[in-house]
Amino acid sequence: MATKGKPPKPEELSKISYTPPSKGWMDTPVEFKPGMYCHGTRAKYLEAVGMPFPRDWSASEADWKLPDNWKEIVLQGIKERLQKFRTFHVFMDICVRCGACADKCHFFLGGGDPKNMPVLRAELLRSVYRKYFTTSGKILGKAAGARELTEDVLKELWYYYFQCTECRRCSLFCPYGIDQAEITIIGRELLNLLGLNIDWIMGPVANSYRTGNHLGLEPHTIKANIDFMIDDIETITGIKVDTTYNRKGAEILFIGPSGDLFGVPGNYVTMGELMLFHEIGLDYTWSTMACEGGNFGFFTSMEVAKKLYYKIYSEAKRLGVKWILGGECGHQWRLMNQFADTWWGPPDFLEEPVSPITGTKFENAKGSKIVHITEFTADLIKHGKLKFDKSRNDHLKITFHDSCNTARAMGIFEEPRYIINSVCNHFYEMPESTIREKTFCCGSGSGLNAGENIELRMRGGFPRANAVKYVRDTFGVNMLANICAIDRAALPTLMDYWNPGMDVCGVHELVGNALVMKGEIERTLDLRTEPLPGKGGTE
Amino acid sequence: MAHIDFEGKQVEIDEDGYVANLDDWTEGLAVYMAEKDGLTLTESHWEVINFLRNYYQKYQIAPMIKILVKEIGKVMGPDKGNTKYLYELFPDGPAKQACRYAGLPKPTGCV
Repeated sequence: MATKGKPPKPEELSKISYTPPSKGWMDTPVEFKPGMYCHGTRAKYLEAVGMPFPRDWSASEADWKLPDNWKEIVLQGIKERLQKFRTFHVFMDICVRCGACADKCHFFLGGGDPKNMPVLRAELLRSVYRKYFTTSGKILGKAAGARELTEDVLKELWYYYFQCTECRRCSLFCPYGIDQAEITIIGRELLNLLGLNIDWIMGPVANSYRTGNHLGLEPHTIKANIDFMIDDIETITGIKVDTTYNRKGAEILFIGPSGDLFGVPGNYVTMGELMLFHEIGLDYTWSTMACEGGNFGFFTSMEVAKKLYYKIYSEAKRLGVKWILGGECGHQWRLMNQFADTWWGPPDFLEEPVSPITGTKFENAKGSKIVHITEFTADLIKHGKLKFDKSRNDHLKITFHDSCNTARAMGIFEEPRYIINSVCNHFYEMPESTIREKTFCCGSGSGLNAGENIELRMRGGFPRANAVKYVRDTFGVNMLANICAIDRAALPTLMDYWNPGMDVCGVHELVGNALVMKGEIERTLDLRTEPLPGKGGTE
Repeated sequence: MAHIDFEGKQVEIDEDGYVANLDDWTEGLAVYMAEKDGLTLTESHWEVINFLRNYYQKYQIAPMIKILVKEIGKVMGPDKGNTKYLYELFPDGPAKQACRYAGLPKPTGCV
């Protein structure tokens, strides 16, 4: 029976060889290493969304049960995308292979596999493009960097396009501005034409299509989980906070990642948000049909991403809200900030978001009508609407991990830092080259936070963990804050592996801890219902 | 699909060893799966497994870890109501190992 493989010990894993194989990359066949790739998707998930070629298959077996005309399908898929996405066409042509991106990728830094240099990962697909879509490639073949699309090449694409987290750190350093994530996105789209997704992505997609959230939480489960958190809040503060579901006429629809309604430390983020909304008397509602900010469809294809996301706007319309407030989710903001407007145009049934408490207009959200919660909370603090007892977070020395998508796709740098500094006394930055727009990925983004690819995740997260280790050793940092649910799922495992003892939290957990609420009892417990050091509890 | 040979039947499982169809689960299968991992299921293990199965019937998903912890604390005593105790029972983690023995699918997504 299959059980999860354990990765090699950190001492072993950190011995990374950057020596490339003696043969050229085209002559080095792909080797499927256990721990470095995910399970192929099950048929039932593809069937649930009406995607092509559903079948149960295994990446570790030689026969992937491909349709006979698989090659034709992929080449036709490339052709269509070259016509549809101008960026894709440009990115296939303009790379001069300067290598500026090579050592910017966390997977290359943590693994040393040359095909994880973004330039070479893209070259895996570019070589096929050249062979079938450029004159020089058709005539000169290998001399022009072109190669046949064979089954081995297809498998190589699969292996490496699910070893990229679409984090876009490399793109930041590309002198041509090539967005490598878009190449991975197209690569995965092509693979999905043949039913070659991974289980960990397709499961949440199927769930989200059915229930409106990745986990498959049904309405009564959502309510039961939130009720449980409300009980904990009452234990901690003495206050019974109230909330509503599917309430027509509410001013704001709140949509966070469903992970925050299920796992820890995500639960504590939701608790902090419930407390905050109660304290300011926000007129908001949850939707049990659109209870997911994340969208694993984005890691599948644009069409599936649209299919899953339409629920957000259709629920906003059905409930008649004015605008949408989004939770601490990562890739939600890449989609909302950079894709939603192009897909549908600004929704005309929503209003330009205005904070009902401060009157601030969120002009940056004029198009999407959706505001990130750290923008919303930072604005409340700026206007003096919240009272904090920072000393409740005094046992924590905090650093902040910029989530790739909120940082590089939206430029949210100041808001979370402003909030943390408003609710905590001890905040320390990781080195400059690893934060803000240069932030390192958690190693598990874009739906790669599965269990079977644990070595890949620990390798990919190594640069981030290394920077955390630096602030731990230098300043005694003991808490790694973030604003993304994949971070909250992935970083605890990463820290246990590289930096044991380092804890992980979302920013609104820190807010909830420090927030002074009207009529609250003297706090002796933190949001985890653990004793608050120096507050009547014991350490 | 992979499978477990158990009592002359082939029980379908996924690649991580989770039972594919909830209805294929029996108590004997849980005992057998645990034995394969070198674990003997005690009354304490069964307390967790039964809670998980009952919860799943009602909610179609495993409980939040916080709910599981609180429930076990209620039933087994406050000193047992913590994740440390659950990890002692299920070294690979209650969310994974206990769910697998209970025949529940593993939760996926940002978890």
